[in-house]
Amino acid sequence: MSSRGLIAGANISPPIPVRRSVPASSVVNSTVGLFNGFFEWFGELGIFSWRVFRAAITPPYEGRELIRQLDEVGSKSLPLVAMAGAAIGVILSLEARYSLTRFGAKSMFPATLVYTVLQVMGPVITGLVVSGRVGAGMGAELASMKVTEQIDAIEASAINPYRLLAATRILACILMLPLLTIATDGCALLTGWFAQSLVEPLSFHQFISSGFNGAHFNAFLPQTFKTAVYGLIIGLIACFQGMRTRGGAAGVGRAATNSVVLASLFLILADVLLVKFILVFFP
Amino acid sequence: MATAYDIATKQAAPEQDGLAPVIAVENVHKSFDGHKVLNGISLHVNQGETLAVLGRSGTGKSVLLRLIIGLDTPDSGSICIHGQDIAGLALDRMGEIRKKMGFLFQQAALYDSLTVAGNVAFPLEHHRRDMSKSERADHVRQLLAEVGMDGDLEKMPSDISGGMQKRVGLARALALEPEILLLDEPTAGLDPISAGEIDELILKLQRERQMASIVVTHDLHSAKTIAGRLALLNEGDVVIEGTFEDLQQSETAFVKEFLKQS
Repeated sequence: MSSRGLIAGANISPPIPVRRSVPASSVVNSTVGLFNGFFEWFGELGIFSWRVFRAAITPPYEGRELIRQLDEVGSKSLPLVAMAGAAIGVILSLEARYSLTRFGAKSMFPATLVYTVLQVMGPVITGLVVSGRVGAGMGAELASMKVTEQIDAIEASAINPYRLLAATRILACILMLPLLTIATDGCALLTGWFAQSLVEPLSFHQFISSGFNGAHFNAFLPQTFKTAVYGLIIGLIACFQGMRTRGGAAGVGRAATNSVVLASLFLILADVLLVKFILVFFP
Repeated sequence: MATAYDIATKQAAPEQDGLAPVIAVENVHKSFDGHKVLNGISLHVNQGETLAVLGRSGTGKSVLLRLIIGLDTPDSGSICIHGQDIAGLALDRMGEIRKKMGFLFQQAALYDSLTVAGNVAFPLEHHRRDMSKSERADHVRQLLAEVGMDGDLEKMPSDISGGMQKRVGLARALALEPEILLLDEPTAGLDPISAGEIDELILKLQRERQMASIVVTHDLHSAKTIAGRLALLNEGDVVIEGTFEDLQQSETAFVKEFLKQS
């Protein structure tokens, strides 16, 4: 025997790795489960949306709570969207100037910045920033209320939780997103002009006149007000995820994360449809 | 010596002076994910009466209360409040019935963004808009004084102990002067002195307000103190229902074991 306890000279071949094949039925079951979960989620979202809609249109209305949510969604998001807008303005200014100079279209800079900010970047950036801040906050708050039975307590007190908690938050998001978008746009144009002025002095008046030269309201208003749809998506997803939470602290964390991720995803997907809608109905 | 069947039969038709019971649970079944929690349970509570529902953990006691307040719906059977079957009622219609009910949750379920006074005022702000702000404030102060919390109006729920939270929860449950009071483990997690104080408080409120009450508890001592009738649950159904003396006289093995361990 060798020191390793093996018979000396024995020809022991290494073990042949066994390739375990995943049964086809397991893959099929997982896929079916995924599809089921997908459709169940949308089904529950549909039921939740209907309950919120019904609650929102029947009295008594929760005016005080709505005002509180308008402050929570609007005023408290303002510094963040303003900063995001300011950053976007500088970035676009730097990038656009370089590209336009290269193609001999430097004079198009004001119009390029104005159209890019108002039509594309302002709404999307506002939506994503608010989705992160408000979506996570709402999702976590309602999830925390759910797991500590506070939502049950509201219902047991004969108060409709869909009206008090969900409808007010969703309406606040719908109303505040266009206003926040205007704030983002304003900050972006201001800092974009400022960044350009550092290189090539240009008065703000000249910048605005040149940027909006020949523009119509149709070019900007639909893009700003489409953010009301973003608000609907953010509020609905956050409230839905929060109010169906289970599982204690882990569930609260999941609700907050899912609120942000799903709201951001649906927001971007909705933008594809909204852009097409605007191009067709507001040419 | 009375058997469980005798006691159950005696208690089977607890109509009081020809009036229907305030709460009537008839043959209710409830399952969660295939696990049977309530298995054909039936019980009744009359005005001014307190029924204690006892049993081991996980026997469906809290689920029963949730069904009665309408937070869940039974799989089958009926639950009638003042003669009206609440199964399948729309949220707003159920709300009208809930205004006559007060519910104390096991962990009090206070709204953590509101003060103690704000929590008690919450149902009044929504349902008693006829009250002026000062009337509401006075009513809140009075309710909190009844439960011994009138010195803590501006504190937040996170700043007070579990026993104090239960007192505030009780005050909130009484805000709309309910005819029915549902208490889910009012003394759970409390030290014996605090538990005794909560029991005395519930007894005092009962004497003054004459509500129909159901108290879910696993604390036999508490049940004996505050309830006139006790119902012992096992495997989702009532094993025995009657006074404490009836339970003591029972020959059923489970009842004897429960009393021995309590």
